[in-house]
Amino acid sequence: MLTIKNLHAEVDGKQILKGINLEIKKGEMHAIMGPNGSGKSSLSSVLAGRENYTVTQGEVIFEGKNLLDMSPEDRAREGLFMAFQYPVEIPGVSNLHFLKTALNEIRAYHSLPAMESKEFLKLTKEKQQLVDFNANLMNRSLNEGFSGGEKKRNEVFQLAMLDPKLAILDETDSGLDIDALRIVAAGVNKLRSADKAFMVITHYQRLLEYIVPDFVHVLYNGQIVKTGTKELALELEEKGYDWLKEEVHQKESV
Amino acid sequence: MRNSNEIIDDIANREYEFGFTTDIEMEMAPVGLNEDTIRFISAKKEEPQWMLEWRLKGFQAFKKMQFPKWQHFEMPELDLQKLSYYAAPKKKKQLNSLDEVDPELLATFEKLGIPINEQKALAGVAVDVVFDSVSVATTFKEKLHELGIIFCSFGEAVRTHPDLVKKYLGTVVPHSDNIFAALNAAVFSDGSFVYIPKGVRCPMELSTYFRINAENTGQFERTLIIADDNSYVSYLEGCTAPKRDENQLHAAVVELVAMEHAEIKYSTVQNWYPGDKDGNGGIYNFVTKRGICKGNSSKISWTQVETGSAITWKYPSVILQGDDAEGEFYSVAVTRNKQIADTGTKIYHLGRNTRSRIISKGISAGHSDNTYRGLVQVGPRAANARNFTQCDSLLIGDRCGAHTFPYIESRNSTATVEHEATTSKIGEDQIFYLNQRGIETEKAVALIVNGYAQEVLNQLPMEFAVEARKLLSITLEGSVG
Ligand SMILES: Nc1ncnc2c1ncn2[C@@H]1O[C@H](COP(=O)(O)OP(=O)(O)O)[C@@H](O)[C@H]1O
Ligand SMILES: [Mg+2]
Repeated sequence: MLTIKNLHAEVDGKQILKGINLEIKKGEMHAIMGPNGSGKSSLSSVLAGRENYTVTQGEVIFEGKNLLDMSPEDRAREGLFMAFQYPVEIPGVSNLHFLKTALNEIRAYHSLPAMESKEFLKLTKEKQQLVDFNANLMNRSLNEGFSGGEKKRNEVFQLAMLDPKLAILDETDSGLDIDALRIVAAGVNKLRSADKAFMVITHYQRLLEYIVPDFVHVLYNGQIVKTGTKELALELEEKGYDWLKEEVHQKESV
Repeated sequence: MRNSNEIIDDIANREYEFGFTTDIEMEMAPVGLNEDTIRFISAKKEEPQWMLEWRLKGFQAFKKMQFPKWQHFEMPELDLQKLSYYAAPKKKKQLNSLDEVDPELLATFEKLGIPINEQKALAGVAVDVVFDSVSVATTFKEKLHELGIIFCSFGEAVRTHPDLVKKYLGTVVPHSDNIFAALNAAVFSDGSFVYIPKGVRCPMELSTYFRINAENTGQFERTLIIADDNSYVSYLEGCTAPKRDENQLHAAVVELVAMEHAEIKYSTVQNWYPGDKDGNGGIYNFVTKRGICKGNSSKISWTQVETGSAITWKYPSVILQGDDAEGEFYSVAVTRNKQIADTGTKIYHLGRNTRSRIISKGISAGHSDNTYRGLVQVGPRAANARNFTQCDSLLIGDRCGAHTFPYIESRNSTATVEHEATTSKIGEDQIFYLNQRGIETEKAVALIVNGYAQEVLNQLPMEFAVEARKLLSITLEGSVG
């Protein structure tokens, strides 16, 4: 579904991604871990098409198409979704109105007619229950005055509504208490299917107890320095990242 | 891939949709401004002597006055001697129904999407249409007549209801109020007149549509609305003008009078031609709007969505004379390219327990300049007066300006006056967030702007709100970046 080859990217003239290689297939759950500042959010930003990042080398193929040639909205319409680490607030725009606009833009791109209000509301209700999202928040202004946890849960609700092929979750677990974390994880698990893929960025192993990954990658200094299975996450939890950093530096000095 | 800067520039440079002219035979006054001009207008309109005298008083006042200097923009050079002060579609006899209106004119209104046919009127909007200087069509007259409501052109009211006109004309905006009001008093062409009798709730929106068509003319309409005790009326005003390289002056006057327990809701969607992207042409919209809450527990509410004009310069005001009276001002002013807006409100708290609420949302894009100027004055008798002002500015791009001048003068220690102001920019982050959900930048900006203006748009009657939303989106198309 997604192939990242030797991806280099910079922001404000600073090299952040330094040769990322990654292959994600349908149905897979990939976890990306790594210390603060290693480039995890940058990777998701580059994939989603944030304007201030410049790709200097490499390519990204998404469902057979060159992702990097597409505008951010077309990437979204092709089925790439990103749950933001810091979701923005948009005052005066109701959550549902926003979602309806988004949904219909995506449908129009695939030559589907706009969804009728009735059908839309039905879908809303279904998904709201699926991911256990507070119905009161749906009519409020988009993220305005939401708590940190509510914002994160709204990202998962949007994910459920828009039904993308590939979902990137950027630290959706951070700032959640254990109950909220369980609910979010349960929601994500319900959305897993054979034709969808996930890339879950997280700091903590605890999320991966609920969302079991097929692969765990460690990103450090703009590169994937280690790939393993869920056991790698446990090892990281136990030993921290320092041993990995050392390993990397040793390799570099050889 | 176009970046958001390019898209925003596009939006900013988008063409004005209503810029066509109508080819119609016109009768014009000779160019220039003097007593003869005024006599000419008055004679053309077959006015009674008292009306002519009032005009002449206005002209005397005008001659003694000078253009103000306190505004936050450079006053353009205005040569008032170069204008023609009367332009009317040639048509001798008085129009009694829409069927008698020149088909070319009707076609024009069709193009503008103005509901002057009865069918649209059935949707619940009675419309008076002012084309250049004369009122050409008032729909729905009969139904209103049954309720005792008077809704007609100003000229007609002078003929048919002289006592009412004499009683209220100039009582809210005197003929010598300011130079543009004085000019209007002298040369006003037509406009609308509304009287709602005691205890009547006007069952439909009343609406006037203004259109400037002729070249080198000014438009000086005058509107007078009186809501008698325990009555209610909602009034809408819309406007457009063709594209011309010359600037055109629009100096209107609106007077509102609300008696005891009466309520007047006045909404404007102003979309005069704004000039081109380099600032050539466009309407100078210098308007005096003022209402008085004369009776106790009366209410006046101004709602304006200002997207057009090269310069918008007006402060719809409310004098809260009665006790427990209430005044409101809701405004969205959008400027782009080189447009200028210096607008806001003045609220005078005179009566006890009077309340006022001011919500102003300025949106600036391109090289435009957007100023909020407001005065809240509390008189010594106005015990427990309360005001709340919220004044927000939204910037699109970094070449535009936003300014806020709130003036507060309180002479009663029991009054509460609150003022809040914010300035924000449409964030790249907000746009990217919406992009990431499949929404392109133009739509994203429209969504953000509409959300920003929500509180004001909510005040508009339903049908108008839809139009205003569309207008906001179109106006800002291409100004993101
Ligand atoms: N706009 C920017 N300008 C300069 N440096 C940036 C910018 N955005 C991110 N960075 C830097 O890029 C590096 C990676 O950041 P980020 O991708 O947010 O890491 P992570 O998500 O793994 O914590 C950090 O060193 C950060 O300071
Ligand atoms: Mg991060």
